[in-house]
Amino acid sequence: MSDAVVQVSDVHKVYTRGGERIDVLRGLHLEVAAGEFVALMGPSGSGKSTLLNLIGGLDTPTSGRVLVAGRDLTHASSRELARWRAEHVGFVFQFYNLLPVLTAARNVELPLLLTTLARAERRRHVEAALALVGLTDRARHYPAQLSGGQEQRVGIARAIVTDPTLLLCDEPTGDLDRETASEILDLLVALNGRYHKTIVMVTHDAIAAARAGRVVHLDKGRLVEARAA
Amino acid sequence: MKYLHLVWRNLLRRKVRTLFTFLSIVVAFFLFGLLAAVRNGFEAGIEIAGQSRLLTVHKVSIIQPLPKRHLQQILSTPGVAAATHMTWFGGIYQDPKNFFAQLAVDPAGLLEVYPEYLVDEATRERWRATRTGAIAGRKLAERFGWQVGDRVPIRATFWRPRDGKDAFEFDLVGLYAGATAEVDETSFFFHYEYLMERVGDPGLVGWYIVEVEDPARADEVALAIDRTFANSAFETKTATEKAFMQSFAHQVGDTSAILTAIAAIVFFVILLIAGNTMAQAVRERTNEIGVLKTLGYSDRTVTGLVLGESMLVAGVGGLLGLGLVLLAAPGFAKMLEAFLPIFYVPTRDVAIGVGLALLLGLATGGVPAWSAQRLPVVEALRRR
Repeated sequence: MSDAVVQVSDVHKVYTRGGERIDVLRGLHLEVAAGEFVALMGPSGSGKSTLLNLIGGLDTPTSGRVLVAGRDLTHASSRELARWRAEHVGFVFQFYNLLPVLTAARNVELPLLLTTLARAERRRHVEAALALVGLTDRARHYPAQLSGGQEQRVGIARAIVTDPTLLLCDEPTGDLDRETASEILDLLVALNGRYHKTIVMVTHDAIAAARAGRVVHLDKGRLVEARAA
Repeated sequence: MKYLHLVWRNLLRRKVRTLFTFLSIVVAFFLFGLLAAVRNGFEAGIEIAGQSRLLTVHKVSIIQPLPKRHLQQILSTPGVAAATHMTWFGGIYQDPKNFFAQLAVDPAGLLEVYPEYLVDEATRERWRATRTGAIAGRKLAERFGWQVGDRVPIRATFWRPRDGKDAFEFDLVGLYAGATAEVDETSFFFHYEYLMERVGDPGLVGWYIVEVEDPARADEVALAIDRTFANSAFETKTATEKAFMQSFAHQVGDTSAILTAIAAIVFFVILLIAGNTMAQAVRERTNEIGVLKTLGYSDRTVTGLVLGESMLVAGVGGLLGLGLVLLAAPGFAKMLEAFLPIFYVPTRDVAIGVGLALLLGLATGGVPAWSAQRLPVVEALRRR
């Protein structure tokens, strides 16, 4: 795959807990092309969240190579990774992870504070992102004043506000009812289809996974199956 | 500046906790300023006491008088530039609680040896010409509402006038001002000759103040003076004015050290309180710190945000405390003028206070900021 945004080659990740060695990822290979929507599925402990963390530059592999958006993350320092994340990755979390002391607009603005954009420009970007997720009228609301679905929309607005190369979603519908989950998935599908955002989504939910363009199954740290949804 | 909103909102997360931490810092720095003013009041005399001025007192105690005839011998001691005498009067003005220093002096000698007492020429002349004339420090006159020309009655205590009348009536011929803020402006000086006239001249004075020609030879001159009166009925002890002041101050303990210790304890307690609050505030937000790092906030930026909170609380609290004590100092000065004639917060201590406020911010935010910086992103995200 020549236009791959994500290239994971022979990646191993080993943790040591209480003197015990845990092989979370065992020689894993994965490629995600630009504009793809990939769902990562697998049982608990299969390594899907660890893989997502490696692709997002939140962690580094024990061995192997992780190349994302043209950058080799394998040996990058934490400072380099932070800067790279700010420029290339948008994260969507299961529990939204909004800062409760900030309004929706201020939460969305957080990644923009790391840029050189002036205040007025930041405001324009925030308004555009909130409009895209359909929450213009909730800009001044605090997370506690929003429903779960609205919180997740704010989370998605925060993830896309910097127009990143890659969206990484960790169980984005895991804390939502079926109807709201469907709305969130509609939004992700639209971002992928209309705005060609490359999305990697970890999920336990087969219905959610079915909305992705490709589903990848992991088990015991290995890729066991990959199929088009 | 773009992070200020985030820092501010984090501080307001627990409003009551932040308010109490803030108030404790305000109070600590108010106390710091107050203690600095008190310490300065104790030390002011020592600081301005010249190394070139000697005090010659009775070898046994300063309350033992010395013969007035010693003056000529002191003046003839090599290295002595000038000398004068002072005698404690210890009278009561209206009420015993209205305490202030009343000293019988030779006006010309006093103003020669103490150039820091600023008296205009007309006042000098009036004082010289008025047998019952007296001058008072500006603050003392202000305290009792005296005007130049007033008659000030003071009742003698241990001095017994020959006519049996205790009251001494002094004519206030003028006021003196201190050349610097540290100069005491609460003393009352009158003619020694007038005192002697009323009590029958026993030929005694309280002590001598000696101006030496060369401060470097002060010890040598002091020794020469004491040697002159050795083995006489009135042996003397001579030392620099500074040494005497220090010895007075040390009679009630090392005031400066005690006050510094109190300030240090207060500061340390505040440090523990504020440090604990900051650490708790950061612990509660471990997950949020993880989120910020995930979004691309570097360890350094996260450290800056945490330190920003502690610096804001400590800095603003410290400055407010110092500002309040500066505003309150004149009021305290009025209240305490009988005990501490010099009372103000020195600029040096204000600067130290500002430095300490910043240091407090760094110290209280330092450990939580360091913990936040070290926290791995994945680990932080896992905590809820």
